[in-house]
Amino acid sequence: MDAKHLIARRVARELEPGMLVNLGIGLPSLVATYVPAEMGIYFQAENGVIGLGARPPEGMEDPDLTDAGGGFVTAVPGAASIDSAMSFGLIRGGHLDVTVLGGLQVDMKGHLANWKVPGRMVPGMGGAMDLVSGARQVIVAMQHAARGSSKIVRECTLPLTAMRRVDVVVTELAVLHPREDGLHLSERAPGVSLDQILSATEADLIVPETLPEMALG
Amino acid sequence: MKQALKPAAAAELVPDGAVVMIGGFMGVGSPHRIIDALVARGARDLTVIANDTARPGHGIGKLVSAGAVKRLVTSHIGLNPETQAGMISGGIDVELVPQGTLVERIRAGGVGLGGVLTATGLGTEVEDGKQIVEVRGKRFLLEEPLHADVALICAQRADYLGNLEYSLTAHNFNPIMAMAADTVIAEAHVIVPLGVIPPDAVKTPGALVDHVLERAS
Repeated sequence: MDAKHLIARRVARELEPGMLVNLGIGLPSLVATYVPAEMGIYFQAENGVIGLGARPPEGMEDPDLTDAGGGFVTAVPGAASIDSAMSFGLIRGGHLDVTVLGGLQVDMKGHLANWKVPGRMVPGMGGAMDLVSGARQVIVAMQHAARGSSKIVRECTLPLTAMRRVDVVVTELAVLHPREDGLHLSERAPGVSLDQILSATEADLIVPETLPEMALG
Repeated sequence: MKQALKPAAAAELVPDGAVVMIGGFMGVGSPHRIIDALVARGARDLTVIANDTARPGHGIGKLVSAGAVKRLVTSHIGLNPETQAGMISGGIDVELVPQGTLVERIRAGGVGLGGVLTATGLGTEVEDGKQIVEVRGKRFLLEEPLHADVALICAQRADYLGNLEYSLTAHNFNPIMAMAADTVIAEAHVIVPLGVIPPDAVKTPGALVDHVLERAS
């Protein structure tokens, strides 16, 4: 399994039946692949739909129904369409159970940076700041390193998305839980050793006596 | 009853230098025929308030490509490299606003509120230069209302009075922007007689709409 699908599969295990969940574009959107329909999880896309469904057959797309990345989607039975004020009211008002976002850096305080690389890449924050500020649970789904350097850092050097501490970080090497006292290492990916994780990580980690392997379901 | 407005006449209602809100999310729910007419008119020095600038050559991206935009208030430009290049070179003055804050600033401007208090952006670059207000022990940023000279919006159906009904994820910013400008011009996919849109389905009452674009040929 490649890194992105491993991460998506592990993130899917964090979700519980009946939750309202927002998946970011890119890697986080893969999580839906690993969530069985019978769990009754509804996916929200911040451009205005609750009950996002799979991509429609080629040639059957509705030009007025896309996800937040602009890709064509369907809506499942029971879906609702809403405007942007309602959509972000849900997000900011604490009605969204989980947001899964990509990341550029997460630090030892659990701060996330994911919207800007000054002077090089300025995509804008889109809905990310509202999602991280407002969702009940924030899950960061990202690869452990980029261009050979750790994305789990001592302190974010890129502009922060929010001051809020994220709840869970899932990479292709490990599951991490930022807490008041620091960054807890909770699980290792199948076939990955503690030493591999520590040498791939810039931040100091709090390591348990026994480190369980990721359950992928 | 509204008189059907030709696209060229709609473009004349948006003078050079105007502040203009444009509905849409990555081009979905954008008033494409009015945008084309603005490009054809050779509009210049516009301040555009919009969620995003879509892609080069698509939706609001056409106005960026045509050099019509001087200033931009938006949440996301990640999928339009021309806008990003304009921001980095200084050719376009870009103010990046979190998406939920952007829609509420527009709503505030449209419904007579003096601003919005939100926790989104606290402790980030978005906080710079803004007043922090404490309410019941919680800190919020004071975000100021936005208002435009003209709002260009898109609906699924309009009737002869300008009552508007929207479709799926093409609602997005449209119903909110329809409240926040001196002049509101609506482009609809279909124009229907009075009574066809049930009152419960009207999301923007015709009383807010000044002009309805003539039907597509």
